[in-house]
Amino acid sequence: MAERPEDLNLPNAVITRIIKEALPDGVNVSKEARRAISQAASVFVLYATSCANNFAMKAKRKTLNAGDVLAAMEEMEFERFMEPLREALEVYKKGQKGKKEVSEQKRKDKEKKTDSENDKSREEDEEEERMEEEAEAENEVEEEEVEN
Amino acid sequence: MSHVSPDNDDQAPGSKKGLSLPISRVRLIMKSSPDVSNINQEALFLTTKATEMFVQHLALSSFNNGQGKESRSLSYSDLANAAEEMETFQFLTDILPKKILARDYLKSLEQMQEEEEAVDL
Repeated sequence: MAERPEDLNLPNAVITRIIKEALPDGVNVSKEARRAISQAASVFVLYATSCANNFAMKAKRKTLNAGDVLAAMEEMEFERFMEPLREALEVYKKGQKGKKEVSEQKRKDKEKKTDSENDKSREEDEEEERMEEEAEAENEVEEEEVEN
Repeated sequence: MSHVSPDNDDQAPGSKKGLSLPISRVRLIMKSSPDVSNINQEALFLTTKATEMFVQHLALSSFNNGQGKESRSLSYSDLANAAEEMETFQFLTDILPKKILARDYLKSLEQMQEEEEAVDL
């Protein structure tokens, strides 16, 4: 599935936005720091997956479920995430119920998702490009004026 | 420099599911882990959400413990320090190595060589 190593990165534009929202207004985050946080997030996903997978294997299940992920958070000493995650999961479940045909259509959904994955990554690319444009615009105010 | 406001317009707010990061990408990373066969939707959702929280937590803790509080900046070394000093971030020490100056490195290299020579004698 992951054909290029970049496929294992998370989209920079989104990571940058999350960082900005987490920090007080006006804090400048260096490019290097942003890249490092993004890489750290990928490693976090892998670490969490491997912990969660251990719980699934112990229970002789082949499918990772929500309980496995929550148990992984505890093991990784991110207990602070558990309560907010449980709450988010409840909201998510309610949203899923509204869609009715959940369990039966899961397979079809999967197929659909591979299609929409392409759309999504296209959107990401566009977003990243937009960010780059903005960064340039900040440096070259003159150009920005011309564009506007 | 100039106060650019259009920045905020572009906050394409996360999907309908209340997530900012793309689930599809997170699944790709999870699936790259060798032993993982299947992941259900809830587990995928939770991992994505947890990753967002992790990014916030890492950024904020590094900033709060970092050198840049007065200058309002977050730098790589703040992150490397957080990885080294805070227990929950220890799994990051490999990808967030502390940087040292080339001249310090050369100095310590010289020292090591001197010590070796001293031993040889």
